[in-house]
Amino acid sequence: MTNIILPELGEGITQATMACWHVQIGDYLQEGQEVCEVVTDKASFVIDAPCAGRLKSIVIAEDREAQVGSVLGTIE
Amino acid sequence: MIVEDWGLIDYSLAYERQKKYVQSVITSAEDHLIFCEHPAVLTLGRQTRPDSLLYDRLTIEARGVVVREVDRGGDVTLHAPGQLVVYPIFNLNNRKRDLKMYMARLEQVAVDLLKDFGILAISISGQRGVFVGDDKIISIGVGVRQWVTYHGLGINVNTDLSLFDLIKPCGLNVRMTSMQKYKGHAVPLSDVKAKAVELFRKYEINGPTQGRPLL
Repeated sequence: MTNIILPELGEGITQATMACWHVQIGDYLQEGQEVCEVVTDKASFVIDAPCAGRLKSIVIAEDREAQVGSVLGTIE
Repeated sequence: MIVEDWGLIDYSLAYERQKKYVQSVITSAEDHLIFCEHPAVLTLGRQTRPDSLLYDRLTIEARGVVVREVDRGGDVTLHAPGQLVVYPIFNLNNRKRDLKMYMARLEQVAVDLLKDFGILAISISGQRGVFVGDDKIISIGVGVRQWVTYHGLGINVNTDLSLFDLIKPCGLNVRMTSMQKYKGHAVPLSDVKAKAVELFRKYEINGPTQGRPLL
């Protein structure tokens, strides 16, 4: 199983808000495919799938906050 | 950095073109600085609040304004002829990967741009965009994919400000203003573009250009 992680977004940015998921649980993902978008400070940041596989879980739902380095979802 | 002027272009068409450019820059094309204007359109960013539109969509569209949901940060904003839209498509992998720094530099470019036209503007902590007194003059909202930026600045040069009555700009209870309103006369967009290019180069906001040009 591989975690989709919220990456470092810049100095002093500790969290971001999940704007939307582009995929649903069970969807087959290609590596590099856009899976979700987070927003911080009027910037929207697209998160890509770190590997191919099926989206197993969504840990951070839309409109919820996530800490940098935390798990947004999982792929298996 | 390659500078392009797309002129007056439909928002959706410009958006699709931006996405293609982003993909090209991701795969090593040179950074691009795009200028354009859009026919009247309200764009709803990812942080748009339900009460930011002050009228229903039918009423808005009856005034000739299209409504589009978009993948940028921020709330609702308006684009219309006379507003200079700037889309920096920059590869931040060549610089510091820092959204806050990038946004701050965009604001600095905006403030210095206005200063060159004799307009004293400021950025306000926690409220992205640039203000003259209490009035907002430039809106900022960006998207980033694989550390390549898109969307950008809406500079109200000679915009019809009455269209902003349709919305709470950026979800704020602010009035919008323009360079034209402040100066008391229309300002040539070509002058604003030229100064913007100079400032983007000065601040090296895009970082070194190491890639190949877009074809």
